[in-house]
Amino acid sequence: MLYFSDLLQYSDVFLSGLKTTVELTVLTTILGVVLGTVCATVRQYGNRASQRVVSVYVELIRNTPFIVQLFFIFFGLPAIGMMLSPWEASMIALTINLGAYSTEIIRAGLASISKGQIEAAKVLGLNFRQTLIRVIFTPAFEKIYPALTSQCIIVMLGSAVISQISVQDLTYAANLVQSRNFRAFESYLVTALLYLGLSILLRFAFNALGKRLFAYRTSN
Amino acid sequence: MSLVNLHQVHKYYGDLHVLKGIDLDIKAGEVVSIIGKSGSGKSTLLRCVNGLEQYQEGGITVDGKEVTTEDIQVRRLALSVGMIFQNFNLFPHMTVGENVMLAPTIVLKKSKAEAEATARAMLEKVGLAEKFDSFPEKLSGGQQQRVAIARALAMSPKVLLCDEITSALDPELVGEVLKVLEQLAEEGMTLILVTHEMNFARDVGSRVVFMHQGKVWEQGDPKTVLSNPQTDELKQFMGAVL
Repeated sequence: MLYFSDLLQYSDVFLSGLKTTVELTVLTTILGVVLGTVCATVRQYGNRASQRVVSVYVELIRNTPFIVQLFFIFFGLPAIGMMLSPWEASMIALTINLGAYSTEIIRAGLASISKGQIEAAKVLGLNFRQTLIRVIFTPAFEKIYPALTSQCIIVMLGSAVISQISVQDLTYAANLVQSRNFRAFESYLVTALLYLGLSILLRFAFNALGKRLFAYRTSN
Repeated sequence: MSLVNLHQVHKYYGDLHVLKGIDLDIKAGEVVSIIGKSGSGKSTLLRCVNGLEQYQEGGITVDGKEVTTEDIQVRRLALSVGMIFQNFNLFPHMTVGENVMLAPTIVLKKSKAEAEATARAMLEKVGLAEKFDSFPEKLSGGQQQRVAIARALAMSPKVLLCDEITSALDPELVGEVLKVLEQLAEEGMTLILVTHEMNFARDVGSRVVFMHQGKVWEQGDPKTVLSNPQTDELKQFMGAVL
């Protein structure tokens, strides 16, 4: 027999876990994409030394498990005097992780901008920063927007791992509830549905944002 | 008084010697057509004049100022040298109006109202005033190229460089772009064009420069040069294009 009603008394736990997951997702999505944008710009247009630094960062993160990155930041860094709360460690780990993956995605967008666009800006007298912001970024992000938003959702789902360092996110709530009432089936099913709902909501939000950002595609 | 001066300009791409000592002196108000086979260095020459390409020897001055590829210098140069490309290179995410207003607002720091007035006047000049709010992709190639001309003109350049600006256009659209150029020439704008439009070079141009193997092979009054070529290379070229 299944007893979903047994979960009702823990609805506060689930809601607070959901809130933590949403907060961390929003924050790390913004910070991660900013980090990725900066790194992709350096990787595409920077000098050789700075390109290499970014490459090392990207490959280091993309070729190691997220949970190891998280454990290193939370358990490892105190050894060199950096004590971080579980929440801070998670925030940093998620941002660094999304930053690395989005670097590669955004770089593909930057690479798709023709040299002619950059030259046109140059001969009009725009400096490089103005060219990036006014001429390159919008069409570049438009091209890779679906890939980038998918990556953000992957990171949101991957954030379940941070319950392992006792951040009280949605997965932590599920673990807690099923350890109290032993309703593992119900508890994890509800949690899975909550993640699913969150993913769908995020997709809607990203689509709406995309329509606003790239409005010129659909207008006159 | 020369507006654009090239003195013994040499340009190499690695081992490839593209420009082999170019001397050229262009006065304000001249319409100079540079013709020649592909690979003769004519586009490279144009790109050296506004700092898009580096040259290794010799000197180029525009309005008395030396041309280098240094970023800051390129930007200062952009104020007196406008350039139009074969592929238009309009910014796809901006309306026609925004394309024309961009540089005046952020480079010349004009107010929005002032930049808009300039943009509308320039679009009027190229016959596209009604397209102010359209996006480039909704325009024909000829219209896009005219917007590119308006965008360059909005910076009030002293000289306009045109790099094969009708080569990407359908034949029936070439005329509308050339008409705009003709009008600019009449108004006294200095034009340097890399072109295959021999009729335009003959009827509107004040000088033709024939380039061959990285050198100025023959130059002079268009009617004389084109109807009475002195060198075998130009004769051969004229035979091929006509």
